[in-house]
Amino acid sequence: MSRQVSASSVSAAGVERRPPGWRVGVPLILALLVAVLAALPAFAPYFYIFVGTEILIMGLFAASFNLIFGYTGMLSFGHAAFFGMGAYTTALLLLHFEVPLLWALLASMATSALLAAVIGFFSVRLGEVYFAMLTLAFGMMVYAVALQWRSFTNGSDGITGFLLGDFGLGLDLQLADPAVYYRVVLVVVVLAAAVLYLITRSSFGLILRAISENPERVAFCGVEVRRHRLAAFVIAGTFAGLAGALFAPFNRVANPDMIHWSQSAEPVLMTILGGAGYFLGPFFGAAVFLLLETWITSFTEHWMLVLGIVLALLVMFFRRGVLGTLLDRMLRR
Amino acid sequence: MSEALLSARDLRKTFGGVHAVDGVSLEIRPREMVALIGPNGAGKTTFYNMLSGRMKPTSGRVHFRGRDITGMPPHAISRLGISRSFQINNIFGELTVRQNVEVALTALHRRTFRMFRPASRDRQLLQEADAVLERLGLRELADTRAGVLSYGDKRLLEIAIVLATRPTMVLLDEPTAGMTPEETRRVTRLIRGLAETGEYTFLITEHDMDVVFDLAERIVVMHRGGLLAEGTPEEIRSNPAVREAYLGEEESA
Amino acid sequence: MQSFIAALLNSLDIAMLLFIIAVGLNIIFGVLNIINFAHGGLYMLGAYFTYTLVTRLDLPFWPLLLLAPLAVAAIAVAMERLVLRRVYGRHVTDSLLLTFALLLIIDESVRMIWGSGIHTVRPPESLSGNISFAGVSYPSYSLFVMVAGVVLLAALWALFNRTRIGRIVRAAAIDRDMAQTVGINVPLVVTGVFAFGAWLAAVGGVVAAPARAIDPGMGDRIIIESFIVVVIGGLGSFPGALLGALVLGLIHGFGGRYLPEVNLVLPYIGMALVLLLRPQGLLGREAAA
Repeated sequence: MSRQVSASSVSAAGVERRPPGWRVGVPLILALLVAVLAALPAFAPYFYIFVGTEILIMGLFAASFNLIFGYTGMLSFGHAAFFGMGAYTTALLLLHFEVPLLWALLASMATSALLAAVIGFFSVRLGEVYFAMLTLAFGMMVYAVALQWRSFTNGSDGITGFLLGDFGLGLDLQLADPAVYYRVVLVVVVLAAAVLYLITRSSFGLILRAISENPERVAFCGVEVRRHRLAAFVIAGTFAGLAGALFAPFNRVANPDMIHWSQSAEPVLMTILGGAGYFLGPFFGAAVFLLLETWITSFTEHWMLVLGIVLALLVMFFRRGVLGTLLDRMLRR
Repeated sequence: MSEALLSARDLRKTFGGVHAVDGVSLEIRPREMVALIGPNGAGKTTFYNMLSGRMKPTSGRVHFRGRDITGMPPHAISRLGISRSFQINNIFGELTVRQNVEVALTALHRRTFRMFRPASRDRQLLQEADAVLERLGLRELADTRAGVLSYGDKRLLEIAIVLATRPTMVLLDEPTAGMTPEETRRVTRLIRGLAETGEYTFLITEHDMDVVFDLAERIVVMHRGGLLAEGTPEEIRSNPAVREAYLGEEESA
Repeated sequence: MQSFIAALLNSLDIAMLLFIIAVGLNIIFGVLNIINFAHGGLYMLGAYFTYTLVTRLDLPFWPLLLLAPLAVAAIAVAMERLVLRRVYGRHVTDSLLLTFALLLIIDESVRMIWGSGIHTVRPPESLSGNISFAGVSYPSYSLFVMVAGVVLLAALWALFNRTRIGRIVRAAAIDRDMAQTVGINVPLVVTGVFAFGAWLAAVGGVVAAPARAIDPGMGDRIIIESFIVVVIGGLGSFPGALLGALVLGLIHGFGGRYLPEVNLVLPYIGMALVLLLRPQGLLGREAAA
């Protein structure tokens, strides 16, 4: 790229320059990764299939959080409310109506979107500090409802004993088989991630990134910031609901723990661990997080303490996360 | 009266008992180039903030094309065709130069809710963005991350964003602040070029008096929240009250 | 009538404690412009310190009212100096993330040190009985909580309106840069304010210890309640914290008595109503767009 000498002094690092082969290389690596993940049940023991399922689901949960945090600059401490909403919707539909899984997933997205629209309406009106506070508070409201409305939610025990039947669309799938369920999760998560990716690259995504940096300037460009924040919040809630809906049959229970604020801390940490604002950061972060959790809980029950310390250290010293730091190195070489 | 594009009537803004702007009235006709000057703390920025919707006036009205826009939110005022720049650089440092302009263009074309088509494939947006950048001499820097631009180029990008919203009324808040003499000449030339197209009406605040007397057809002087004087550059130059306000400022500073 | 008076007394008792916690949040917000998510954790530490010293070490209650909060304030100084200070130049969400991380750390440390069970502290002898008031028998400790709240309220008001320190803090709250240029040691004020807020939270914890169950969830419960208080009253507003605490106290006092099926959701409904009608809170400043 040739640049004539102007009043500007631009360092080479500032130019968005990607390594040669980037446009081909990255999709190729991703396709390979998905292929390996799809083949996993053929050679890996069940334990890894379970871990893989959980990483995919939590990765989607964190990726949905990243849309509002990494891309729009809004820090929510109540994202688990939508995860829980999805989980309860699916669990209740499977328990009472034995609907095909696909319909339960879609219904869960709808209920989570509705909940996100209501909570979002109140939370996006004021600044970031209010937003963080209100999402935590409203998230705990959902928790309180799940705990107290015993006749409907079965209180602290949650919804159990529901069975997986058909998938829907006339597909003959043995969903009770963990390997089959894993593949279903893989397909759903890849599709959902593709939609989320498209959104981040769209005009809407560009506006979100601009809002994240400087909401006031965006408003002076003629954009109604609040409506875009709300839209991002509802989309994020919808996909968090989908993640929760996938999680309930996997976990065989939907309970209030899934809604508690400490559950909301998980996508926060996963996103920051992987790299906020990088599309694959949250998936990467989810993998590291869950492997770390499995390892650490094998010798201490105080996982939350480690979680808090890791979060603090990441924010202080490693803000771009693992993937972000790696990409920075590669792109600025 | 009816020919005014933008009119402020008896605008007042009070902060905890202090009158930052105290009853200012101003009319700007289409395609005019008006400069708003005054010592620091005269209330210029507060006045701008009320015109552009950043602050609600305590009292008084603002009309644009005969329509009452008092207290409208910034995005609505921007959509009507009033666009402003900021004294302190207010660009999107993490986005590329082109994307900075595209944000404004996306808003202009009401495409901010397009969710499923990559922004980079929007050819119309791309061409329009490059046209704006071309006009400001930033075309070569289109793919550069805005955060690493030189100070002067950042100021130019600020103006590029303003122009991309296709305003009829442009409010520039100290466009040459902090620039080198060479950069200042470049921006002055640019603004004059824009004015000559007849597409825009300008209101400019500026500390650099050379720029003011070079560009402005009419100068409005604010002092201590009120209007001190108004007239052609020659009238203002020879106005004793204006001279005193500025001298007083220099003595106390 | 008696039921009404009992509910009212109950409301005031709750309100005073909430005020002590919420006003600390507000003072910190005023100067640091962040909400301290670990505030509930600091309140909880105050209560647990009291438990250890009174129930385990058999120390008298009264000196603790000063000692336990000072220990918590010292912890807060370390938090601010070693952790928060590193991210002040960055986006506000980074500070919020750090206080949230501190909340996780404090919560789990409490579980680790004191276990997950419920602990209790006996009120001091002089306050362990009941008092009859308008035909209602009421624990004298609860009346002490109200008196303590009112005393603290008056002391805080005097501190911020009548003393030099109060003026310095208010100057730093209005404009940090300006305060710096007129010779105020702003970093010191920031640390001091953060520690003072923590001290207040811990005072709340000590006062609450003999009246409430001490368990690892108490910090969460109070922080959510305090958020509702500051949202209702207006973030950063001193009288707002009082009004918000009274409103929420009344919601609890009367809601718990007359609408027990939905009492957990009532505070949120109150908060949502305020947000709908007056987003900046009942006594909040004009909201920025």
